[in-house]
Amino acid sequence: MNFETTIGLEVHVELKTKSKMYSPSPVAYGAESNINTNVIDFGFPGTLPTVNKNGYRLGVMVALALNAEIEKHTHFDRKNYFYPDNPKAYQITQQDKPLGHDGYIEIEVDGKKKKIGVEELHVEEDAGKNTHGNNGYSYVDLNRQGTPLIEIVSKPDMHSPEEAYQYLENLRKIVQFTGASDVKMEEGSMRVDTNISISPVGSDSYGTKVELKNLNSFNHVRLGLAYEEKRQAAILKSGGKIGQETRRFDEKTGETFLMRVKSGADDYRYFPEPDLPKYDISQEWIDEIKASLPESAKSRRTRYINELGIPEYDANVLTDTKEMADFFDEAVKYNANPKLVSNWLMGEVNAYMNEKRIGLQETKLTPEHLAKMINLISDGTISSKIAKKVFQETISNGTEPEEWVKSKGLVQESDPAVLKPMILEILDNNQQSIDDFKNGKDRAVGFLVGQIMKQTHGQANPKVVNKILMAELKSR
Amino acid sequence: MDIKKETIASLHEKLVNKDVTAQDLASQAIDKINADEKKINSFITVNDKATEDAKKIDEDGIKGPLSGIPIAIKDNIVTNGIKTTAASKILYNFMPVYSATVLEKLEAAGAIDIGKTNLDEFAMGSSTETSYFGTTHNAWDFDRVPGGSSGGSAAAVATGEVVAALGTDTGGSIRQPSAFNGIFGIKPTYGRVSRWGVIAFASSLDQVGVMSKRVEDSATVLSVIAGHDDHDSTSSEKEVPDYRANLNKDMHGVKIAVPKEFYHEGTHPEVLDAVNKALDQYRAMGATVDEVSLPTLKHAVEVYYILASSEASSNLQRYDGVRYGFRAKDVKNIKELFVNSRSEGFGDEVKRRIMLGTFALSAGAYDAYFKKAAQVRTIFINEMSNVLKDYDLIMGPATTTPAFKIGEKVDDPLAMYMNDILTIPANLAGLPAASVPAGLADGMPVGLQIIGKPFAEQDVFNAAYALQEENKFYEQIPTALKGED
Repeated sequence: MNFETTIGLEVHVELKTKSKMYSPSPVAYGAESNINTNVIDFGFPGTLPTVNKNGYRLGVMVALALNAEIEKHTHFDRKNYFYPDNPKAYQITQQDKPLGHDGYIEIEVDGKKKKIGVEELHVEEDAGKNTHGNNGYSYVDLNRQGTPLIEIVSKPDMHSPEEAYQYLENLRKIVQFTGASDVKMEEGSMRVDTNISISPVGSDSYGTKVELKNLNSFNHVRLGLAYEEKRQAAILKSGGKIGQETRRFDEKTGETFLMRVKSGADDYRYFPEPDLPKYDISQEWIDEIKASLPESAKSRRTRYINELGIPEYDANVLTDTKEMADFFDEAVKYNANPKLVSNWLMGEVNAYMNEKRIGLQETKLTPEHLAKMINLISDGTISSKIAKKVFQETISNGTEPEEWVKSKGLVQESDPAVLKPMILEILDNNQQSIDDFKNGKDRAVGFLVGQIMKQTHGQANPKVVNKILMAELKSR
Repeated sequence: MDIKKETIASLHEKLVNKDVTAQDLASQAIDKINADEKKINSFITVNDKATEDAKKIDEDGIKGPLSGIPIAIKDNIVTNGIKTTAASKILYNFMPVYSATVLEKLEAAGAIDIGKTNLDEFAMGSSTETSYFGTTHNAWDFDRVPGGSSGGSAAAVATGEVVAALGTDTGGSIRQPSAFNGIFGIKPTYGRVSRWGVIAFASSLDQVGVMSKRVEDSATVLSVIAGHDDHDSTSSEKEVPDYRANLNKDMHGVKIAVPKEFYHEGTHPEVLDAVNKALDQYRAMGATVDEVSLPTLKHAVEVYYILASSEASSNLQRYDGVRYGFRAKDVKNIKELFVNSRSEGFGDEVKRRIMLGTFALSAGAYDAYFKKAAQVRTIFINEMSNVLKDYDLIMGPATTTPAFKIGEKVDDPLAMYMNDILTIPANLAGLPAASVPAGLADGMPVGLQIIGKPFAEQDVFNAAYALQEENKFYEQIPTALKGED
């Protein structure tokens, strides 16, 4: 018996706003518990929500980037449930008229392009956080309560773990390039819930849906789904039944474990939020947001290849994160050669980040400094050997390259009037090498250049040295 | 000084002329409240800082019309640093850390918050009998209810403890107790007054309003508390008129509609007599009075109790014992904390409505109850606005009977709910509506209800003022208080 897999994904993305979705409290991380809160976040009697227009705007931005239709007549709904980190005992969300619907994301698996449908997107608020102490008490921190989220619900259009992986990768990239969110799984600004079912090939109904949780990276999503595919197939082949349940992915074993059995759907008693009016979203506002959308990864990639002559592979790497692409664009603006900027970013910069295990923004390097350094190499002011020193200084300490090169006396010696007497003297003292050269041993040249470099502490311009040396060798 | 015989304007004059100080007014009010409390029980909390606040007003000098005037606040309106309970055990010790917008506006105008008045628990009730802090008594007959849920505010005004009080009205909670106590009370258009700081019962229906012996006093206070508030997205941006300055009792050419459905079977005959007499007076003043029909009115009570209870079931979920208010003792886990705190903290009527609303919103019942009720509400709104296309005002009795006896209906929720049939329509349609005294039935006051077009509070005030000036009902001393002075 062969099976067909059906996967649907629900992705929560934190929107980058200054204040919360329905209250003016700041959105900030790492603060002392319950500091970024007010009476609204605490659900005090008599408090009312107000809509963060910028939060909604970012939501529309994401919806547009995902090719979705924007709902023109919208309202908010309440989702009711009791939990200590949910002070109002309801979440303000959009159930009935989500802000966007019927979008799609393009993916490519095994060379085949495919569109995965986005059922709907809506804005809502995050809950607070519970922590459980060793002293028998649990603690509630409402700093996160009310943080704007957008939930992106896919259609059940994915049929393999790899498709789900590609969907998430592309979703992350698209959202990140709008600037609406950091979309970082490890920091919780992107969270993924998956639903997977399998059914015999040709069956006209879906199998029983299993929900998968605790997926902390895209790779875990892929591994967890792959495990589920096999587990479910084995059960069905042996004549068993799939339970409607929620399972937890264990990253150590790569297996999934039963968390809880779902006994029917939860009843959240959704109804229209009476504390907020209905909202009409104007076409003008949608157009304005559309016009303000930052350039997508896809469009940048094409531009790098076609306009800047960047190889396709490099263009892919540069547009993997908005951080990298923005850095690249910025450096190119300082008139550095795009290909050289790309080489440095993919080579030395990347190596530095890997070594230190930090992101681009955590280094001290600025696009301006990188561009200046590259231009110092290009115009012969420094040698590429010196450049490595300059690079380390700049990326570690944020030092301005030009000033530093001058103050440290690292400027390359390119003046023939200075270099020629040195070269002549070395030749005079190395007759053997001249003989070797005449006998066709090219190695001799390397030795002589090395001697010159040694004497100039590596500051001689190799091109100029080579030119003088060759002319002199041939003439002796 | 007998506050029953004073108005905001007369007190203002005395303050300006220094015949009396704001501090005198505040301490007199507190003395009177303390003396009356055993009989009336209109207050849950007296503001012990009131005389201090009044002293500051005296020092700064009397300014606007409310400067130095003691006003009572219904105890479901939060007051920073003054206990606010919504008459519920679950908030019996709740100390707010911020004030409602209406209170901030009153304070900015120099009014003195004299204390917090009694109400039905979470404003759910029509008799003030569901209060955790005991029943309030009617100033005309101590054995009768003051109505509800703003029963404490109504009684405080009727006994002359204050000239004016704030109430809230979700299904008649200002108008019915005003009618029962022989005073004026207005529920403004939905969105006219900010709900920020008003402990929610049913968010799409709740509205703050004013109660006073005289129409002009409510007009003065409403101009102060009304207006847009950034904290309340449902509050209107429309400008607020000076209702008091614009009062006009000329009724010539005013078109009054009287829905035949307002003459509900079981309406007390003397209530009908009083209302009919008032309508005759309007005719005599030059108004026209026509009978109209609101066929959907027969469903209003059902629609109201489904929608209001649904919203309430959600609004009241936050009272879980975790962050403030009553918390059950000796619980084993979080679920028990939720369940026990709520089971012990809420009274029967509140629980009844939470259960009703929870059911109406549940997956299997939503379409047949909440959704259907919302649809009927829309039909009803259209019926009302169609009538108001042709007419300036809709009138009828405010209640079917005068105040009933304490204990008479408290065990019969349906009879109690039916009591709201005449006041619910204005809430469902979000229209401004008032009750103005129109005589007596069984020796108890009767209220005429006046409903206006959206944001036409001025029309409502004017019509009420015209009747008030004809009858001067405010000169009557509540029977139970006779011989007191």
